[in-house]
Amino acid sequence: MIHIEYLMVLSLIMLFIGIFGFLTQRSTLAMLISIELMLNAADLNFVAFNRIIYDNNQEGYFFTLFSIAITAAETAIAIAIIINLYRTLRKIDVKHLSKLKW
Amino acid sequence: MNTTTLMFLIFAVLAVIFSVLTITTQRIIRAATYLLAVLLCTAGIYFTMDYAFLGAVQILVYAGGIVVLYVFSIFLTSQTNKDEEDDSLRSKIVSVGAVVAGVALCSFIVLTHKFTNTILIDSTQYDISVERVGQLLLSPEYGGMLLPFELISVLLLACIITGVIIARKH
Repeated sequence: MIHIEYLMVLSLIMLFIGIFGFLTQRSTLAMLISIELMLNAADLNFVAFNRIIYDNNQEGYFFTLFSIAITAAETAIAIAIIINLYRTLRKIDVKHLSKLKW
Repeated sequence: MNTTTLMFLIFAVLAVIFSVLTITTQRIIRAATYLLAVLLCTAGIYFTMDYAFLGAVQILVYAGGIVVLYVFSIFLTSQTNKDEEDDSLRSKIVSVGAVVAGVALCSFIVLTHKFTNTILIDSTQYDISVERVGQLLLSPEYGGMLLPFELISVLLLACIITGVIIARKH
């Protein structure tokens, strides 16, 4: 038997590891990887709540499904921006990103 | 403790360990590999909850698509991480404080809240087969997901066009 608290504590730990990584990392790609961790934790929470609040529909399940699709879109756009950034500045560290337009 | 709980605990511990490794490692390519391990462990958790389709989607899209995208972009933006030791102590202390406070607050809420039913509903009570998922995904009735499904397709089209426009050579 999996208790709901186990899942929520797991997702809590994963979320805050992601937040910590996002605050401390300096490379944009590493920050993006931290965002993936946070989104993954949120997905776990949606699925867990879909299991305990059940009224013959699967909203949490589909929310996770759509969240995975949106994550793929978000990653593609962010990586396009990072590649463009590298082409312009030759660096992808956030401390070099002080100008909006080159 | 039955087999499902044991498998869940194994996957959960592995996911936490690999999450910590993801943000503590210095090499970005290793971070991407550890992220792959975290995503696979999450897929394993979905499988132990009997969400087989969701676990398959997690492996296909996340592990198969997104991580490959990361590896490609890491190779494309290959850089030496020499000037990395200058992040200030103050920002690190602030980050640790924010995270500790957040974990304390959220775990207090989670652990003191009385859930009405704490044990996850047995999966034999309801139908989560791929057939039912497909029918709900294309049904306009109550509980159907036709509108979000169409919105996702428009979003993915917009994403493709934007990606091409942003990343093209000027």
